[in-house]
Amino acid sequence: MLVVGLLALVLAFAAPTIRRYAGSATGWILAAFPAGVFVWLCVLTPDIGAGEPWRFSQEWVPGLGIALSFHIDGLGLLFGMLISGIGALVLVYAQGYLGEHKDLGRFYTTLLLFMISMLGVVWADNIVSLFVFWELTSVTSYLLIGFDHHRDTARKSALQALLVTGIGGLALLAGLILMAIATGSMELSEIAARSDLLLEHPLLTPALLLVLLGAMTKSAQFPFHFWLPGAMEAPTPVSAYLHSSTMVKAGVYLLARMQPTLGDADLWTPLVGTVGAVTMVVGAWLAMRQVYLKLLLAYSTVSALGGMVMLIGFGGELGAKAAATFILAHALYKGALFLVAGSIDHAAHEKDVRKLSGLGRLMPLTAVGAMVAGLSMSGFMPLFGFISKELLLEAALETPAWAGLFGAASVIGAVGMVVVAIAVGVRPFMGSWKETPRKPHEGGPTLWLGPTILAALSLLFGVAPSLVQKVLLSPAASAIYGVPMEVKLSLWHGLTPALGLSVLAIAVGVGVFLMRPGFIRLTSLSDRVGAYGPARWYTWVFDGMNEIARVQTRVLQSGYLRAYLFIMIVTTVGLTGWMMLSSGALAAPTELTPVQLHEAGLLALVLLGALLAVRSKSSLGAVAALGVVGYGVALIYVLFGAPDLAMTQFAIETLTVVLFVFVFYHLPKFRILTSVLARTRDALVAISAGMLMAALVIMAVSQRPLHEPISAYFAEHSVSKGYGRNVVNVILVDFRSIDTLGEIVVLAVAGVGVYALLRLREPREGGSS
Amino acid sequence: MEVLLAILIGGLYASGLYLMMRRSIVKLIVGLAILGHAANLLVFTAAGLTRAQAPLVAPGEDAPPPLHADPLPQALVLTAIVISFAVLAFTMVLFKRAYQTVGEDDLDQMKATDT
Repeated sequence: MLVVGLLALVLAFAAPTIRRYAGSATGWILAAFPAGVFVWLCVLTPDIGAGEPWRFSQEWVPGLGIALSFHIDGLGLLFGMLISGIGALVLVYAQGYLGEHKDLGRFYTTLLLFMISMLGVVWADNIVSLFVFWELTSVTSYLLIGFDHHRDTARKSALQALLVTGIGGLALLAGLILMAIATGSMELSEIAARSDLLLEHPLLTPALLLVLLGAMTKSAQFPFHFWLPGAMEAPTPVSAYLHSSTMVKAGVYLLARMQPTLGDADLWTPLVGTVGAVTMVVGAWLAMRQVYLKLLLAYSTVSALGGMVMLIGFGGELGAKAAATFILAHALYKGALFLVAGSIDHAAHEKDVRKLSGLGRLMPLTAVGAMVAGLSMSGFMPLFGFISKELLLEAALETPAWAGLFGAASVIGAVGMVVVAIAVGVRPFMGSWKETPRKPHEGGPTLWLGPTILAALSLLFGVAPSLVQKVLLSPAASAIYGVPMEVKLSLWHGLTPALGLSVLAIAVGVGVFLMRPGFIRLTSLSDRVGAYGPARWYTWVFDGMNEIARVQTRVLQSGYLRAYLFIMIVTTVGLTGWMMLSSGALAAPTELTPVQLHEAGLLALVLLGALLAVRSKSSLGAVAALGVVGYGVALIYVLFGAPDLAMTQFAIETLTVVLFVFVFYHLPKFRILTSVLARTRDALVAISAGMLMAALVIMAVSQRPLHEPISAYFAEHSVSKGYGRNVVNVILVDFRSIDTLGEIVVLAVAGVGVYALLRLREPREGGSS
Repeated sequence: MEVLLAILIGGLYASGLYLMMRRSIVKLIVGLAILGHAANLLVFTAAGLTRAQAPLVAPGEDAPPPLHADPLPQALVLTAIVISFAVLAFTMVLFKRAYQTVGEDDLDQMKATDT
């Protein structure tokens, strides 16, 4: 498994090279990888159908319970087949669509990387692996949306998608970790098995909300739906693959995966069901008002994702069955329609559906694929889309609460689907040809193969649902439901309320389509309301953050050294002082060394020296006061058993004073450069810092050491191991000699610096600096 | 005694930091030097104050007398003294050159100087 994964990565990065040699066959060659995965999944099908998931595990960070563990159950199988199957078709399609593009190699690399990451998401069992692959899909999606990076809008949309899904990804990580804490396992399958623990845990609600946030940003649920239409800046194969049939379904996948674990939480059905229903309605409403091919499809994808989320929110046997069926049906027809939209744009250079007409005779194969997919999307018999729509309506009508509302929402969603399906899949191919920027013609097999295959499957599974219900949908629905169950699909359910609603939706949809110009004009108010919608909120947050960063930089990065010092000191004093006061660590010291008068006098002298240095009016005065401080400190060392320190201090202090005098001798008297107010403020801050340090010293001497001092070892072995009688010296040159070497290096570097500065000559007039 | 030393250390820190927040570079350097003393004293005091003997081994003995000052903080402070001198020396020479070039010891004036 690891080897295969690595080979896939190598293949991804070799794509540009392959393209150089293979030319127009590149797409076909690369498609061999997903096709191989697809075949392998087909081989696995019987085992998985029998309830035996395929497993693989490789240790990664065993200490933290992180592993590269994968398991493919029914849900992983369904998604894996969609990812690899549609992936193969999209790779081939991209060859025809972007064949002449100079960066096609890079495009293939990113697309393959995405494919690998997406397979990782739907197969990962360990939560950390899941998160890593999840983020990788966001990153590759970012690269693919911004593929035409010279366009400003593409870059902006890519960033928007990355930020929205990235924030969700972080929330997801937090939520998954909370779940791991509650259940004590990092493996999703284990967490599901211990869901009782989680359901009674106080962390349940935060975990649930965070995971939902992750899923909903990824799957473009209201109010995060706005990034998906923006993502249509990507080349069409990407839109077809990432933003309709795979990546955006990662959120749906996650919810489906969580359904057995979190589905019994009180919040689950009201929250997930409602968000899904609202998204479905909003998406359908916005979709009906679009006129550009890809935007129509994008908003209808939002609506469809809402429907899936709603079904998973309902849960139960019917919800699981309807969700699994809808995921498959949607991938088939929406993938096909996106590819068709790309073909139309490629052939006619026209994106506005109002200007497209009569393409059927010019592009017959594409037209057949488009119409079948369109009819499936609208829910016509005998296509697979009909079955999934019936199930959706049935599930909505059978909810225990608010069945009327959910039913109504589902009908609105269905109407939106019908309008979009007719506008994209049917209308452009009917009637007589209207002038387009380019005379359209049927593209090569790379362009029509994908849509026709997907459309054929829509038809095939509709007529003979038994082909997929046992091998694919039953295991998937069982994984969503959490208990093995059987899915039985049939085209004809009898005269049910769902059928009635389905017919109603088609009738209304056709009606709305026929009156679309009027409908769009009548509802133009919606644009004005929409201008203050979530996309605007995103802009506000985005601009707000930039503004905060600007203000913060202006305030903090002023360029004045003393301002930096001021901020650092205030922060340190504030935080440390607050900790000390709040933790009550400040206690009166015990076991003090008795005070002796001459020592106290010495300390007073040093303090006086420091104050003189502060108050001095000339640099030489300050230097003299500094000398008092230095020699005084040396005397303190003498008094408290440190003759070595004292000797060093005396020598260094003498040198320092000489150096100071040498440098400062010619300087004028100090000027007073700051106001009284500023000086008072600085003095207060400095005094508070001094008080903090004094308090720290008292704390340090009054508390027992955290660790047995290691000095005893040095004292004991100074003679026997270091052959020296001065323990301090032995520590410096023997026990800790490497430290001393470092010190010598510092001295040497400083010496070189001093020498270089003294020898530095002024640049001559007119010379370059 | 520890309390007195703590007050002294606090006073040195306050003086050093106050000087470092001045606009004159000379004061900044003097402040830096005082801060160095304060830090050395801090380490020295925090490790435990004693009037006992220096950590020296008398001739003929194997170990220092039972009551002796802790050698480890002394070694640390010794290193610190030398390094702070190196830093100070470099800063002073740097200042000298800057002053020769700019003719100004006000940090705010130097900020706008590109030469």
